[in-house]
Amino acid sequence: MDYFAQQLINGLVLGSIYGLIAIGYTMVYGIVGMINFAHGDIFMIGGFIALITFLILVSLGLTAVPVILLVVLLVAMAITALYGWTVERIAYRPLRHSFRLAPMLSAIGMSFVLMNYSQVAQGARVKPIPPLITGGHTLHESADGFVVQLSNVQILVVVTTIVLLSIFTWLVSHTRLGRDMRACEQDQTMAALLGVDVDRTISMTFVIGAALAAVAGLMYLLYYGLVDFFMGFVAGIKAFTAAVLGGIGSLPGAMLGGLAIGLIETFWSAYFSVEYKDVAAFSILIVVLIFMPTGLLGRPEVEKV
Amino acid sequence: MSGGRILNVDRLTMRFGGIVAVQDLSFSAEQRKVTALIGPNGAGKTTVFNCITGFYKPTGGAIRLTHDDGRTIALERLNDFRIARQAKVARTFQNIRLFPGMTALENLMVAQHNTLMRASGFTFLGLIGAPTYRSAEKSAIDLATAWLKRVGLLDRADDAAGNLAYGDQRRLEIARAMCTEPALLCLDEPAAGLNARESAALSELLLSIRDEHGTSILLIEHDMSVVMEISDHIVVMDHGVKIAEGTPREVRDDPRVIAAYLGADEEEAMAVMESGS
Amino acid sequence: MTALPSETMQTSRAAGIPFILKKAFLSALVALVLFSLMIGIRTEAGSDGQLTYWTRFGDLASIVGIVFGGSIVIELLRQWLGPTGAEKLVPPAVQRGLSRAGRLLAPALLIFALLVPVIFYNQRYILDLAILVLTYVMLGWGLNVVVGLAGLLDLGYVAFYAVGAYSYALLATNFGWSFWICLPLAGILAAFWGVMLGFPVLRLRGDYLAIVTLAFGEIIRLVIINWQDLTGGPNGVSGIPRPTLFGIPLDNSDDGLAAKLGIEFSATHRIIFLFYLILALALLTNWVTIRLRRLPIGRAWEALREDEVACRALGINTTTTKLTAFATGAMFGGFAGAFFATRQGFISPESFTFQESALVLAIVVLGGMGSQLGVALAALAMIGGFELFRGLETYRMLVFGMAMVLIMIWRPRGLIGHRAPTVYLTKAQAISSDLVKEGHG
Repeated sequence: MDYFAQQLINGLVLGSIYGLIAIGYTMVYGIVGMINFAHGDIFMIGGFIALITFLILVSLGLTAVPVILLVVLLVAMAITALYGWTVERIAYRPLRHSFRLAPMLSAIGMSFVLMNYSQVAQGARVKPIPPLITGGHTLHESADGFVVQLSNVQILVVVTTIVLLSIFTWLVSHTRLGRDMRACEQDQTMAALLGVDVDRTISMTFVIGAALAAVAGLMYLLYYGLVDFFMGFVAGIKAFTAAVLGGIGSLPGAMLGGLAIGLIETFWSAYFSVEYKDVAAFSILIVVLIFMPTGLLGRPEVEKV
Repeated sequence: MSGGRILNVDRLTMRFGGIVAVQDLSFSAEQRKVTALIGPNGAGKTTVFNCITGFYKPTGGAIRLTHDDGRTIALERLNDFRIARQAKVARTFQNIRLFPGMTALENLMVAQHNTLMRASGFTFLGLIGAPTYRSAEKSAIDLATAWLKRVGLLDRADDAAGNLAYGDQRRLEIARAMCTEPALLCLDEPAAGLNARESAALSELLLSIRDEHGTSILLIEHDMSVVMEISDHIVVMDHGVKIAEGTPREVRDDPRVIAAYLGADEEEAMAVMESGS
Repeated sequence: MTALPSETMQTSRAAGIPFILKKAFLSALVALVLFSLMIGIRTEAGSDGQLTYWTRFGDLASIVGIVFGGSIVIELLRQWLGPTGAEKLVPPAVQRGLSRAGRLLAPALLIFALLVPVIFYNQRYILDLAILVLTYVMLGWGLNVVVGLAGLLDLGYVAFYAVGAYSYALLATNFGWSFWICLPLAGILAAFWGVMLGFPVLRLRGDYLAIVTLAFGEIIRLVIINWQDLTGGPNGVSGIPRPTLFGIPLDNSDDGLAAKLGIEFSATHRIIFLFYLILALALLTNWVTIRLRRLPIGRAWEALREDEVACRALGINTTTTKLTAFATGAMFGGFAGAFFATRQGFISPESFTFQESALVLAIVVLGGMGSQLGVALAALAMIGGFELFRGLETYRMLVFGMAMVLIMIWRPRGLIGHRAPTVYLTKAQAISSDLVKEGHG
């Protein structure tokens, strides 16, 4: 039971990170209708920028952890958001009204560019950092000595995810920008006729998605203590799987899918085999889609005849 | 010549979630006759069509198709493509669904897929160029050519379907449906978007399909001049239920029909009344 | 706030130097922020695991400078060429000429391909490269059946390549079966897996299909990595037998072909044999695909791409039609895989990553979906171009990615964007790509 509880905690933390990335996929898909293949690499860039900012702050002699975290978070979000904006501007906007495969290929190309750009710029080796947040709480200790731990990093990841999701949900449901985004999702031409700046709204979607990916990058850095140029690919595929599992286009679905993938992966590793955890996640995706072709929370597609 | 019923719809009901699109609808279509399904917008006509042609699974009721040889098929139990293949029901769509990137001729060749597939020995004989397949392909081209000529598109045979004018596309879609050699042809608003001259030509085409090929026709149409001219029997729907049926004359004079149209759309009500005077 | 956009509109129309400079300045500013940390600072893990960093402000400054200058040049070019700059870069006359030359181009390419071993007899490097190009031509043609004809998006095509390669490798190393028995088996096994993948995806559309095929590709790769008893895991399978000329080995033994013919042995013989082998396989793929397009099954694939609902209304079983497309594409992938294994003599999971799937898909889309000639040209351009940057190892993928983005912006419908009809009454006319649908699967 204790072992199960510990895995549940680990799975939820991992799922939060996937969920944050998945939101970026699902938002872009909802509005532009394309798979932003480069999003996983935006997450990786976010991790790198967080790492570099952290290094600079430490070398400047800053020691207050909360201050460091806040500054790193803001810098990573801002610069990564600009990456998201630039990618949309260069690789997707010229192809907005083109045929469907063109932006997808362009996105795959952009993913290669970002991945190899950071390999060239920062080298291929894994970059570790010393643990910034240490300590934790013992939740329960069983008779045979097994301890259920909840580390401070885990608390931070989950709390940050909840706070950001609340802000984000408020943004989408209560602000002008959110309304514009929902309008563009329904019908871009109509939205434009009603005075919505479609270009700006789409840009903002990429900016917000990238900013959330940067948060996920920072969380990943804090939780695992390292970044490398290839991490965006695997995490990106997993997060995209999460978005599809939850029903692509649905924001709660992305979070739910993220948690599901995180839990599947963790439990599979804990009870069966670590090697096949990704196979398990992908297989469950396929099985879910067989029975629910639009994912867990996706709107069923009504065939117009 | 004219025999019994080809289509018998019995207490057909179709619900989408809480919305009832069609409620306990019963009607039948006679063999070698044109039966029209009319009613104001949102009456549930296309839903009935989609149930008959298998794109929707009806919530309740039965749809029976009886062939010349007395064979009866329960359409509500068949998958969409089997309805076209085994029950020989062909259809067109309200918003034309051709294969726009394929030529007019290719469109008609695709319609003969199942015949050609058998002739090609499920591809294997065709791949080695067996003579049986070659002759089958030739007769398929001949049938397609005959239909292209029939709908006046022979000179456009090698043009992409998407490049044809709107009226031509409508006729090509009918020709494509006829290439499946159907027993029942279901047409969803074939005259929509046509001008008066084209509508008249369409009426002529449909009557010739009925008389020369012995194909029964089920028709949804808003253009009352077409409906009144070619229909043998008219079924009027409103809000998912049948409100009247009969010959064009009977329907035209039915006060319930006029009321339904007046309640729904003044312009269409005028059209019904004008066609009666 | 309202005055600002109208002002920029006016300046853009006036196309003045201040506008260009302003735009270049903004681009440079964006570049400065983007690259400030990633290029301005270089991090590296030291020997003790501690992370150190040093600054590279010189590099940063030069990159920002390049962006500033590049922005000015692009803006000047854009104004000089007018709003349809991309069209003007390749004048319509050239495009028309290209399509007209297309009919001559295909036979010319074929003759050239047949003569490659004669022309480049002693240039091992070129022969190897030609074999590589032909492998991708074959993969492109195989995937073209699925993506180009049937309009089903497959992001995991490399899985079938892997199935084919491992089928041959394992059958040959474990049971000693000959290449010529294993080749059809590899194709059949790959086709079987194509059907296995096909079943769950039949109901899925568009991007759901994309992710499932991607997931499938990853599953196959991960199983290969982890099923160490069978596949050797990350170490791969080595010692895969070289192909024989119907039982006669191409080596310098007494039974070898050289000895039997009484000529002096040369390692080039085997390379040339491999070249003609892959050329034959690729041409077989091409021939079968062209044949299939003119058969009802091929027309049904294209009809499926154009409008699935209409297909069902015409009595076409879309399920089996999709499955046959998947199986056919997979079979060709399997053949190519078996060839790859026999040519390399060694295979490992590293050869079957998502990047390979992306590369083959890029070849199909760049070629112009559905066009056989386009796919061949695209494979030549992509693999050839890729080789040009071999010297710049680390920058290769960077350039490749940029090229993909630029090519898509330049020609979203590929090099050869028109479709040739499969049957005609009087005259076969090419159909413009604007009319041809791309499928929704």
